[in-house]
Amino acid sequence: MRFEAPTTVEDAVSLLAAESGMARVLAGGTDLLVQMKSGISEPDLVVDIKRIAALHEISEEDGGFRIGAAVPGIALGEHAGVKAAWPGVVEGTELIGSTQVQGRATMVGNLCNCSPAADSVPAMAAAGAIARVVGPNGSRDVPVEDIAQGPGKSTLAKGELVDSVLLPARPDHASDAYLRFIPRTEMDIAVVGCGVNLVLDANGTCTDARVALGAVAARIFLVPAAADALIGTSVDDAALDAVAAACSAAATPIDDKRGTVEFRKKVSGVLARRAATIARDRAKGTA
Amino acid sequence: MLDKTAENGEFKVIGTRPERPDGVDKVTGRARFGADMVMPGMLIGKVLRSPHAHANIKSIDTSAAEALEGVKAVITAADFTADVPEAEYDTMVNCIAHGKALYDGHGVAAVAATSRSIANKALKLIKVEYEVLPHVTDVEEACKDDAPLLHDNIFTEGLEETPTTPSNISGRVQFGHGDVDEGFAAADKVVERKFRTEATHQGYIEPHACVGNLSPDGTGELWCCTQGHFMVRNSCAAILGLDISRLRVTASEIGGGFGGKTTIFIEPLALALSRKAGRPVKLVMSRDEVFRATGPTSSASMWIKIGAKNDGTITAMEGLLKYQGGAFKGSWVSLGCMTAFACYRADHMKTVGYDVLVNRPRAAAYRAPGAPMAAFAVESVVTELAGELGRDPLEFRLQNAAKEGDQSSYGPKHRAHGLMETLEQAKAHDHYNAPLGPNQGRGVACGFWFNFGGQTSTSLNIGADGTVNVSVGTVDVGGSRASMCLMVAEELGVPYEKVRCVVADTSSLGHNDITDGSRTTFSSGMALILSARDAKQKLCARAAKIWEIPEDAVEWVDGHARPAGPNAGEFDPMSLAEVAGKAETTGGPIAGHHECNARGAGVSFATHMVDTEVDPETGRVTVLRYTVFQDAGKAIHPAYVEGQFQGGAVQGIGWAINEEYIYGEDGRLQNAGFLDYRIPVASDLPMIDTVIIETPNKGHPYGVRGVGETSIVPPMAAIANSVSAAAGVRLTELPMSPPRVLKAMDDAKA
Repeated sequence: MRFEAPTTVEDAVSLLAAESGMARVLAGGTDLLVQMKSGISEPDLVVDIKRIAALHEISEEDGGFRIGAAVPGIALGEHAGVKAAWPGVVEGTELIGSTQVQGRATMVGNLCNCSPAADSVPAMAAAGAIARVVGPNGSRDVPVEDIAQGPGKSTLAKGELVDSVLLPARPDHASDAYLRFIPRTEMDIAVVGCGVNLVLDANGTCTDARVALGAVAARIFLVPAAADALIGTSVDDAALDAVAAACSAAATPIDDKRGTVEFRKKVSGVLARRAATIARDRAKGTA
Repeated sequence: MLDKTAENGEFKVIGTRPERPDGVDKVTGRARFGADMVMPGMLIGKVLRSPHAHANIKSIDTSAAEALEGVKAVITAADFTADVPEAEYDTMVNCIAHGKALYDGHGVAAVAATSRSIANKALKLIKVEYEVLPHVTDVEEACKDDAPLLHDNIFTEGLEETPTTPSNISGRVQFGHGDVDEGFAAADKVVERKFRTEATHQGYIEPHACVGNLSPDGTGELWCCTQGHFMVRNSCAAILGLDISRLRVTASEIGGGFGGKTTIFIEPLALALSRKAGRPVKLVMSRDEVFRATGPTSSASMWIKIGAKNDGTITAMEGLLKYQGGAFKGSWVSLGCMTAFACYRADHMKTVGYDVLVNRPRAAAYRAPGAPMAAFAVESVVTELAGELGRDPLEFRLQNAAKEGDQSSYGPKHRAHGLMETLEQAKAHDHYNAPLGPNQGRGVACGFWFNFGGQTSTSLNIGADGTVNVSVGTVDVGGSRASMCLMVAEELGVPYEKVRCVVADTSSLGHNDITDGSRTTFSSGMALILSARDAKQKLCARAAKIWEIPEDAVEWVDGHARPAGPNAGEFDPMSLAEVAGKAETTGGPIAGHHECNARGAGVSFATHMVDTEVDPETGRVTVLRYTVFQDAGKAIHPAYVEGQFQGGAVQGIGWAINEEYIYGEDGRLQNAGFLDYRIPVASDLPMIDTVIIETPNKGHPYGVRGVGETSIVPPMAAIANSVSAAAGVRLTELPMSPPRVLKAMDDAKA
């Protein structure tokens, strides 16, 4: 196995593109190193992107924030601007691992690991976050929910990497929330995850919304019916019931060691209702 | 035997809480655990394990692995040719499959190579031809006549007539007294229910690890992480055909055992690889191997029936317990049967148990083996029956609690113990009367464990400066070295800091049984107290020699030799250091020893109280408050007694709520790791409050009772009673995981 630590994105792309065997990108390493230690992944080339200075940056862009691929959870959690605009995205990222893991784990790494249970991704998808994919043929913008193809499998082509994610600008009275269900209180993997992002007008009527579910299908996905159930309402009990029903209906989980189909469908609705309530209260400034 | 008690004010250091002697090494990383040993020329061993739950091994071709550069030895069952006694045969076959893989993870072959990566490559080059057989992992399924049969030479023992067809039920046991039919006829209310529990793992943080070094002349040494290195020596010597005196086993520091390290899994493999390679071999299990191949506890299927009169008197208690012990005999179902009703007095009791074989790893002891699941079932029914009678659950238990002189459920009459005191203190505690919020419930339950004594040998040596070294042969799993030092300091009348304790290797002491049965503080402590008394006698004799007076004219008081009375003469008392400093000229080194098969281990009872809250929309259980009331006899080092109480409660919380072995349709373990085998994390738990009750055990000089195991007996029942109250529906299956609780609530509403 070769280990490379380039200092520019271009060099990283060249290394990845030139490798004939299996190449893996190393950011925080909190997934990759575990996979390598347990024998699940045996790459021929590991490209560490942490020496690329630009990827450590959180920068303002068009009123939103661009988060570099090497920004660890702990740095995101300490960024007042991102926390104020996108508390749901930040709380999703902060749920990854322990405090020690937070010092290494990155939101973009969580995205590119392509786990259906990734904690930062439902909130990012609900936020309308856009991943910037850089490869041998230049760069392209991809909605985060389209990065994963299935568990552990991405839509990135050979030589491509995600160098950053853009969280868009926020209007007034807008907020988001992420909740996951785990049987324990931490250090666990989502049995269901739900991100809700909504915008209210001055009267408290919802004008825009996005709802995403995790861990209840092969990919994290948006639930347009749940968003439609919110838009045009004051996010009252009737709307919340409709959101819950839409999410329960949209979930297509499997029975496995983490939960039953029946349980996950039901809890998808429970979490959606609770997350929407939190997002609404945050948007109103009453949370 | 009890001759020192707190009441007569005799204790000076017993009951204090000094720092543990191994504390600094553990927090600085200097302590050496199983995997920390390195020997010159050491090879790395790896075990190839069966991916099938049940399969005949048609052939094993190791030639390609042996040809790989860096591979120094490959072994299979064919390398184990010693005439192994019956008692060790199953242990050997569990370490390495003989002709048939009996569970997913069963060892099939092992390699030793110059590096880990070469060893891993070599494993992939071993070609095993399997004939996959139908399998069974469920205890009830395994009892059916048409179930896949694990062994064709096991016929159910304990039946009136020996059966002629082999069975997965290896034995039937029965305990009790009276006539339960008569007892139930006299009852006004009867409650009966069925219960299920899933297997759980001991979950120790340190995986099994060892380094074996076996010379061509048949002498060897073994470093390993175990609860009993004498057991390791005897088992390995038998399996490898060695004299036990030729194998010296040293126990490393241990990162948890909980009963799971009371047998061997990899040690004979490391020694066999070393013998073949002519070099030391290190074997360290991965977490995956620990889950798949080492001892979980049994899963169980149980039925319990209890009857009582309207005045609350229990008239009859009956139970049927089926425990699977994995692919071999020995599920501890008999201990489940013996302990099930041990907290109660009733004229009519009967328990029947079946020991069942399934395609799972061989069950190992887990803290009060066999008792917690039976207590879960029994204590659930006791609380339900109390409710049917309109009685407070603690009052109902107080009315029916077993007392001194009562016929016990398991044979003998009860001796003095602290069960009533635990119940009374529970009833009087502010926890019992604290208000509960919505969706919250409170549960109580009692538990019992026998405790054990066993073979023990200790040694005590006094240095020229008057400091003391003591050697025990019982591994320190829970802070026992501190307790040993306290008891010796108490007996000799010297400060705790002047006494140091080591766990000596198998060549340095007589045989010591395993650290199990909550026996170490009781039996090694007793042997050390008697070793110290032996040394004191010698110290007095040396002082007598110096003073030129008769030996019986000297007594040992407050750490000093002094004339026993005015007729003995006028001499200034001599301290331990003064007598020891003159040892060279008075007869040489001064030591004390004691060997015994310790008897008189006092039973320990506990009552647990817990509040939980159930999320009505997700079934998720939160433990809000927890209090343990347990009889310790005498708490030598109260901090470690509290630690045992808390640890048992926490493991019980895990077992009750989320921990379980999950097998797929293919018979493979689905959750062989700490991500999906969910032990509680710190933030899942409230502070576990403890109340130490001290009803002295008359079988120990200081009144000690073992405390390590009783604490895991009541938790699942207490939590089930609490969750059932909070959820409004009786939970009868473990774990009470969110999907199961939610479904039970939804079914109850429907």
